[in-house]
Amino acid sequence: MGVTAVRELELDLDAFEGPFDLLLTLVLKEELEPSEVDVAGIVVAFVERLSARDELDLEACGEFLVLIAALLELKARSLFPDEEAELSELEPEEAAEELARRLAEYRRMKEAAGWLAERLAAERDRYFRVGPAPLAPRPERRLAPQDPERLAAALRALAQPAPEVALTHMGLRFPPVSQFLSRFRALLARRRRFDFDAEVGDLPRVEQAVAFLALLELRKSDEIQLEQAAPFAPIRVLRHDDEREASWIVRSA
Amino acid sequence: MDRPLRLISTNPVDQLARVVEALLVVATAPLSVDDLAQAADDDADRIETALGLLSERYREGRSGIVLERVAGGYAFRAAREASTACARLFERPVERGLSQAALETLAIIAYLGPCSRPEIAKIRGVAADSAVAGLVERGLIAEAGRDEGAGGAVRYRTTALFERVFGLESAAALPRLEEIGETAVEIRERLHSVAVGKTA
Repeated sequence: MGVTAVRELELDLDAFEGPFDLLLTLVLKEELEPSEVDVAGIVVAFVERLSARDELDLEACGEFLVLIAALLELKARSLFPDEEAELSELEPEEAAEELARRLAEYRRMKEAAGWLAERLAAERDRYFRVGPAPLAPRPERRLAPQDPERLAAALRALAQPAPEVALTHMGLRFPPVSQFLSRFRALLARRRRFDFDAEVGDLPRVEQAVAFLALLELRKSDEIQLEQAAPFAPIRVLRHDDEREASWIVRSA
Repeated sequence: MDRPLRLISTNPVDQLARVVEALLVVATAPLSVDDLAQAADDDADRIETALGLLSERYREGRSGIVLERVAGGYAFRAAREASTACARLFERPVERGLSQAALETLAIIAYLGPCSRPEIAKIRGVAADSAVAGLVERGLIAEAGRDEGAGGAVRYRTTALFERVFGLESAAALPRLEEIGETAVEIRERLHSVAVGKTA
């Protein structure tokens, strides 16, 4: 068995069936996870092949050892990426102990699997019904004890005619904005400034609102200036005085 | 010769036994004594007595239906003598295709569970993804929370169906781990003897 024979070693594993070199190619191309490969199975196949011959082919053994060691390393790295540091810190004696511990644990699980397989075979003549459980009944919702008088009271309340809807706001009359426009203009013709709150304070609320609209109109047409020291403070209305402004500009220039 | 089935009696336990029998016929999974006590609105001791009566009536060799204690409860199954006929019509759940990998994974989860796929891979030395997926699909294992910490791996535990398929009264009916397999000491000794043999 030469070196080529190692590569042509026929394998029959769970995850792979075919020659050894195809398996290596698939692993190197990352088409087969190293963690899925049963390395022990490969070793067994190789040893069987070896024992079928009388002579020990050192070259083939060397080649096989190199390949299988590389494969093992790949597998170990893919299985335990985080454990590299942890294991490298172990002394050889501790590492051997750890290996033996892990082997023992695996061996026990393998035996347990064997026990399960035997059990399954022994129980194969037990037939039983499986399926989704019948639905549990829905809990019945019970009412608390009721007083018939309360029911009658509730019905009486429903039988009451609905209260009449107030329509008084429909009859509200708004004075025209123009009324306040002319009033404020007349005021400003007499005085340079006036206090809005003092001027409309006696009027009903609706008229005050219309008066305020008139104020905004005057401001828009640039006839007045408005001042208010703080929110909700009295609004002071000033006549827009172009001449005075012009004199200010001249003086400051 | 055994008496034919006769449950007509004024004995209250006999009456309770009929109720228990009826509940077990409708159930598709084992019912615990508590389940039965709650449904029958009776106390657990009397349920146990009724189950004793039924176990005698529905036992192998006497009836085609057998009452068995399994998966933490009681359930009816077919008598073993009818298995050949049953096999012609039905397939036992999870009978086919439990590979060695699946059995090992199942053993690890049964003994060490709840445990995650990385933990299983660590013990078996091979990725456990497909084995775990197959066992979940068969209903032998189920998710049981996650490992602690953010992004913790899903943990798995065996199900009541597992106990039923393997005919276990409960998870405690598995043989003790110490009783199977070699210990670390034995393996170490074996490794040593091989090493000594080689150098000699």
